[in-house]
Amino acid sequence: MCRLFAAFLFALLAALPVGARADQVTEAVAALASPGFDSVRAGVEQLSYSGHPRAAAIIGALQAGKLFVRTDKALFVKQDDGEFADALSGEVAQPGGLKQVRVNNSVRGAIDAALGVLRLFAPDAAARREAAEAVFKSHDPAALPALEKVLATETNAGAKLKMEQARAAAVLASPDSAEADRVAAVAVLRLRGDIEARGFLASLSGQPQSVTEAIVTAITGIDRMAQAWSVAQSVYYGLSLGSVLLLAAAGLAITFGVMGVINMAHGEMVMIGAYTTFVVQQFMRANTPGLYGASLLVAIPMAFLVSGAVGVAIERLLIRWLYGRPLETLLATWGLSLGLQQAVRSIFGANNKDVDTPGWMSGATELGGLTLTWNRMYIILFSIAVLASLMGALRYTSLGLRMRAVTQNRRMAAAMGIRTPWIDALTFGLGSGVAGMAGVALSQIDNVSPNLGQSYIIDSFMVVVFGGVGNLWGTTLGALTLGIVNKFLEPVAGAVMAKIVVLVLLILFIQRRPRGMFPLKGRAVES
Amino acid sequence: MAFNLPTISRRGLARLGAAAATVAAVGAVKEAAAQGAAGTIKVGILHSLSGTMAISETTLKDVMTMLIEQQNAKGGLLGKKLEAVVVDPASNWPLFAEKARQLISVDKCAATFGCWTSVSRKSVLPVFEELNSILFYPVQYEGQECSRNVFYTGAAPNQQAIPAVDYLMKENKVQRWVLAGTDYVYPRTTNQILEAYLIAKGVAKEDIMINYTPFGHSDWQNIVASIKKFGSAGKKTAVVSTINGDANVPFYKELGNQGIKATDIPVVAFSVGEEELAGIDTKPLVGHLAAWNYFMSVDNADNKKFIDAWHKFTGKPKRTTNDPMEAHYIGFNMWVKAVEAAGTTASDAVIDEMIGVSVPNLSGGYSAMMPNHHITKPVLIGEIQADGQINAVSTTPGLVVAQEWSPYVADTKDLIGDWRAPLKCGAFNVKTGQCSTGKKA
Repeated sequence: MCRLFAAFLFALLAALPVGARADQVTEAVAALASPGFDSVRAGVEQLSYSGHPRAAAIIGALQAGKLFVRTDKALFVKQDDGEFADALSGEVAQPGGLKQVRVNNSVRGAIDAALGVLRLFAPDAAARREAAEAVFKSHDPAALPALEKVLATETNAGAKLKMEQARAAAVLASPDSAEADRVAAVAVLRLRGDIEARGFLASLSGQPQSVTEAIVTAITGIDRMAQAWSVAQSVYYGLSLGSVLLLAAAGLAITFGVMGVINMAHGEMVMIGAYTTFVVQQFMRANTPGLYGASLLVAIPMAFLVSGAVGVAIERLLIRWLYGRPLETLLATWGLSLGLQQAVRSIFGANNKDVDTPGWMSGATELGGLTLTWNRMYIILFSIAVLASLMGALRYTSLGLRMRAVTQNRRMAAAMGIRTPWIDALTFGLGSGVAGMAGVALSQIDNVSPNLGQSYIIDSFMVVVFGGVGNLWGTTLGALTLGIVNKFLEPVAGAVMAKIVVLVLLILFIQRRPRGMFPLKGRAVES
Repeated sequence: MAFNLPTISRRGLARLGAAAATVAAVGAVKEAAAQGAAGTIKVGILHSLSGTMAISETTLKDVMTMLIEQQNAKGGLLGKKLEAVVVDPASNWPLFAEKARQLISVDKCAATFGCWTSVSRKSVLPVFEELNSILFYPVQYEGQECSRNVFYTGAAPNQQAIPAVDYLMKENKVQRWVLAGTDYVYPRTTNQILEAYLIAKGVAKEDIMINYTPFGHSDWQNIVASIKKFGSAGKKTAVVSTINGDANVPFYKELGNQGIKATDIPVVAFSVGEEELAGIDTKPLVGHLAAWNYFMSVDNADNKKFIDAWHKFTGKPKRTTNDPMEAHYIGFNMWVKAVEAAGTTASDAVIDEMIGVSVPNLSGGYSAMMPNHHITKPVLIGEIQADGQINAVSTTPGLVVAQEWSPYVADTKDLIGDWRAPLKCGAFNVKTGQCSTGKKA
């Protein structure tokens, strides 16, 4: 009912003043059609207050780069079907000699503000909330009447709050608001309490004495809150970095930790996983565009299988000849890693590949004073899932049982009838497959290039050694500790220094405890 | 030590061929030397075709090959055909010096076009000075250098960084500045100059934040959050980015994820061009800025001709063109003109003829070689579009003359470079009247 009413109001507001402001519309169109960003900007502003029924459509087209101007300065909107429509009448036309109306940042700002005002009366509550936020950002006093009008009827709590904040900003920005209104507005913004509110409050000048005092208190209050939240925020960043390290290192914890193979080509397994993601996306885009949104979910098992298969092949062809010769293994796998990189470079080209981030992984959500970016959030969840399934596989499957048996006492396991060479190959394949899944996650936050793996190999070894070789819990704790320490050091020492400090701390730690945080105990280790 | 191979006897030639065969790693070189030099002028191309810089530098090798081919189609130079000698220094800085020596001493190249990173240029500089040969360097760089044997066809800081800062100050009323860069020589020198410039313009020290990150940095969460916080002080804030290479992609992605739009905090980048944008989803980047002296989107006949030729040459109708390619285009045409004027390819004669040469650039004007071995350029500020192109939103009204020594850095503010007859010095101190560094010719 309310929605209907709002829609009605919107239509009313839009329809009423057409005749009255015809001049303004002509002027606005002329401004939009003339060259120079300043005039386009002026045109947008004029059009937004003209009340023309197609104002929102025209400005929206400008935003999307679909507004064109003909040599005689008539405007046309390119529609989704590729046809052109006259901008003011909306009738389909076949004009020739069109040029796109170009925008720059200042025009974009004006567009956001104009669309904010125009969409305040949209039937959808989410759209109204967004519109109010846009008005908050533009804090244009001219939007005040529209805000008052929409506030009187708004019933959605979220939208109403944003509108009140927008009104507060506009009140403070307007030269002729009453002092009491201003003080009340500062209070509203203080409650909002985020970084945008702080920025806006700090930018105000020339306010009456009492308002200035209120602003100073508000800013101090916001800063104090932000200080407290920033600790939690750093922990989140640390967890997120830790989960990336954990993903990269989990596979290595199997191949290096459990089997004792120094696999320098581990990073390339990650890289192969990332390229698998790219191939899966390309394939799905071409063949099953309807399921494209789920391409990452398809890529996860695919990456596991592809990297796992490459891992098994490496073990069978190369590593099994080198067991017990760590130096040769190190050199051979290092050579292998260079070979794999060059192979990928030859197949896919030297340029980085563009792996799409699905919509549900873009953007961020606010939780109190925390900004939680979705991509990082999903990666944290993903790493927990990977770790859990890895532990489950080792503990509860028969393959896991055999793996543990072989690594703990090879000869006894063989005597019990386990085909140890095959278990070795499968264990190595499992570690590589996990690395491949890490590659899917990394394709979302890093560049998919042949060098992708190289930047993680050192970190992975650091994590495994720090956590305690052969212990998945140790690897987990190691990854999280390194991540969090790194993120707390970064703001103080800078990104470069933070890395150095972490490395030095790690070396000191290894001096004290050469077997890491959680060393394995028992005869198997001593022998 | 001029270019006088035609007088060499046949046996001498054979010996030369044998010597080259033992030294050269690249097959093409052996062939080139064995063919002899009876009717060709050799041009060295010193760009990495493998390793990390291959992404950027391979294009420049291609464009040089194209330009040489075009010149040969026009009848060559001084009645001889031009011949490209391509070597691969493999993104390995010491190897650059080795390969440069080979190009000059073994292959007898009349001029060399090459290098991208400043560290590679610093590595070959002594070789070109020692053997008195010519290098054309096509990339924007940090300045603070002026060698007799190098022609800098890329932008000096005042032809890129400073106009970009001016644009933001004027158009966006920016008052607070984040100088973010990768931790190596180009960003550090550029930021040193920019900081001095901003302070000279009355920006307070606490309104400047400087941040360095390692090569290939991928976790930008913290840094972007601190930029956001820095931008909440109530003054319009902008980021001046000298972040290099593919670390830019996660940086822009994080900006998008944390909701920072170009209309809130614009980022102006000096190392992001069309080629770098080709592999990225550019939608979150729309409106962020790039400062160069050429954009592929520049609308004029010369540029269209160049792009068409490029597409035909590469056989790829979507290959992008970029600023360093234009610099090679200008540099090559200047060299051709200077050689024609000198009537020889001998280094000393060509170096003297180069100064004052003026050729069309691709942004619709003429570029001239100045006595400081840098060229005049227009400065374009552009905004990144959704299709990966960069559209100019501001163009300097005239051409900008390069300041090889920055007037904003205390150590170099009195230095000038002038390689014309009476002075002939790369770093002449106008206060003391001394030629402090740089060999006298």
